[in-house]
Amino acid sequence: MQNNAIDFKRQVTVKLADIKLQGALSRLQSRFVEGRSAVISEIADLPETRNAAAAIRDRVLNDLEHWLLQFEQQATARGAIVHWAETDEDVNRIVAGIARQHGVRTAAKSKSMVSEECELNDALEQAGVEVMETDLGEYILQLAHEAPSHIVAPVVHKNKEEVADLFAEKHQLPRKTGIAELCREAREILRPAFLNADMGISGANFLVAETGSALIVTNEGNGRLVTTLPRVHVAITGIEKVVPTLEDVSTLVRLLPRSATGQSITNYVSVLTGTRGDADHDGPEHFHIVLLDNGRSKLLGSDMQEMLRCIRCGACMNHCPVYQNIGGHAYGWVYPGPMGSILTPLLSGLEKSPDLPNASTFCGACAAVCPVKIPLPDLLRKLREQQMERGMKSRQETFMLKAWAWLALRPNLYALATRIAVRVMRLLGGKERLLHRLPGAHGWSDGRDFPAPAGRTFRELYRQGGRK
Amino acid sequence: MRVGFFVTCLVDTMRPGIGFASLKLLEAAGCEVVVPEHQTCCGQPGYNSGDHKSAEAMALKFLAEFETFDYVVLPSGSCAGMIRVHYPDLFKHDPELSARFAALGQRTYELTDFLHRIARLEKVPGTFQGTVTYHDSCSGLRELDVYRQPRALLATMPGVKLQEMVESTTCCGFGGTFSLKYGELSTRMADNKCQHITATGADAIVGGDLGCLLNIEGRLRRTGDHTTRVLHVAEVLSGEEK
Ligand code: SF4
Repeated sequence: MQNNAIDFKRQVTVKLADIKLQGALSRLQSRFVEGRSAVISEIADLPETRNAAAAIRDRVLNDLEHWLLQFEQQATARGAIVHWAETDEDVNRIVAGIARQHGVRTAAKSKSMVSEECELNDALEQAGVEVMETDLGEYILQLAHEAPSHIVAPVVHKNKEEVADLFAEKHQLPRKTGIAELCREAREILRPAFLNADMGISGANFLVAETGSALIVTNEGNGRLVTTLPRVHVAITGIEKVVPTLEDVSTLVRLLPRSATGQSITNYVSVLTGTRGDADHDGPEHFHIVLLDNGRSKLLGSDMQEMLRCIRCGACMNHCPVYQNIGGHAYGWVYPGPMGSILTPLLSGLEKSPDLPNASTFCGACAAVCPVKIPLPDLLRKLREQQMERGMKSRQETFMLKAWAWLALRPNLYALATRIAVRVMRLLGGKERLLHRLPGAHGWSDGRDFPAPAGRTFRELYRQGGRK
Repeated sequence: MRVGFFVTCLVDTMRPGIGFASLKLLEAAGCEVVVPEHQTCCGQPGYNSGDHKSAEAMALKFLAEFETFDYVVLPSGSCAGMIRVHYPDLFKHDPELSARFAALGQRTYELTDFLHRIARLEKVPGTFQGTVTYHDSCSGLRELDVYRQPRALLATMPGVKLQEMVESTTCCGFGGTFSLKYGELSTRMADNKCQHITATGADAIVGGDLGCLLNIEGRLRRTGDHTTRVLHVAEVLSGEEK
């Protein structure tokens, strides 16, 4: 997917003024933040569980090649075919090839963020395959020709009324307003798509090395239909999603839904292993697993490797005060919020996403809830360091930082400079003791006054023997 | 107890009264307080903007000035977090130095954390009368676990009624240079915070970090609220808020 993160600042202005969006985002707090907090305490040994989850992910990442090869071996032994894709274009080429090989004309798809990375739907349409999104949120977005704005709740930026309008227009049916009615309408339209599809396309939350299984964690049941009804199933995911054992999965699955949607467990956890056997009632005749690198392997062994622990729960964005105010589209690529502010620069280019690492107050709410303990603010800071080292910061900012440091290392000069500054600011503050405009810092003063300083520094008053 | 007091650059320049309020509280707790004369800034602005080198230089300056004290106390969770959590990280490449920073970090405390848990201050000099609401600044809360401490200290004051706001632990949008670079976003976050404050009807919004307080006060005043007082917890506890 094209990276539009360069447009971040302008998008912020647009999103802050979008009243419908603001209304939709206000649900994040009650639905996800309070949802998580209500169930996360069910895990009595939460700190240990998070440590264990992080350790499982680290164990894999420290020896990723080994685990991937074991996965491939096990999956192959059970009849699946594993494909390695270095780039997003490789994924599209491979999946189009699979479709051609099996004479596929229609595909039913469940949610996959990696396929968004590749814009797979467009590529398949070009190859003559009709693709139908079957996750309700993704289906809505397909109708609206929009990208997801959240990795778990892709359509969180839309309200019910917008969906009702969209359905009425696209389905050419009388406008419904109740959520249940809207869901039923979508289900009726989607049902034949499952039954007629030649190919099912899914993501995979985890790949299990010991069994060669792809695992999906879903709520709507569409994932199960997509992966079992059509004769061909293609699962697409990132190379980092492998875990050693099913036991490891059970640790991660204790955390994933609780962190993501505030559910103790999702409606479905499907373990998809191999092709349909003689004794099986369902399952695909052909099972292809496409594993995408797209820059992930470059992070192995680097100081950004921890980012690959991510299990895509979305908790970091749900709890992020920046995301909560602007939504996901402002971030300009597939992944939004704190995890996206790191992944987008890493996978899609720091020079194309200069704002993302900086658009954070380092409040730490993300790291506090991340189930696999990714130190998100630290990683953002490392990206800022890279920007500094590579000369990507504005001259003005670099100068200000260097000047401040230079001064702070020279206490006498610092004392003089600060004494002058606070006196000037005190004067400018006037009787009200407020500065309404700060030259050179309109970012502050456009929306806020600045309380004027007292006019004397603590250090000078202290030297003179106390408060004056 | 010999306590080295680090006033922080923001309090030094913008509201020195918080520094004197802190000294009064530390003395009330029976500490011998020393204020090293040449202290300036902990280096956080540079550190958080990716300027690792200047942060290292300032950390070394800090070490030279404060290593000999039994404790180091600061009226800011954000700067205390910088020293406790991030200084040792800055010198990972030098285990010996990193260990010295870690040891210093162990003895470094945010003011209310120190007063409540270490000095066990049970009676404070302040006499504030009224309803207050407390904003939990991010670094103090998430890096140092400061939440109960200021509330416990405020609870010793008979005239103070604490009225909690919703989402008291959500960031106010200050974030240092973030407040300048992403002013619009920062202002919106401040505005959300101010609405929660106003909804409590409190006479004063109290917090432990001047950066957040300037941000909150700036937004309150711009939106026409000239009555809600914006106070550092040290000012309230010491009676220096007048
Ligand atoms: S970074 Fe952590 S919190 Fe965010 S999506 Fe990934 S696992 Fe979840």
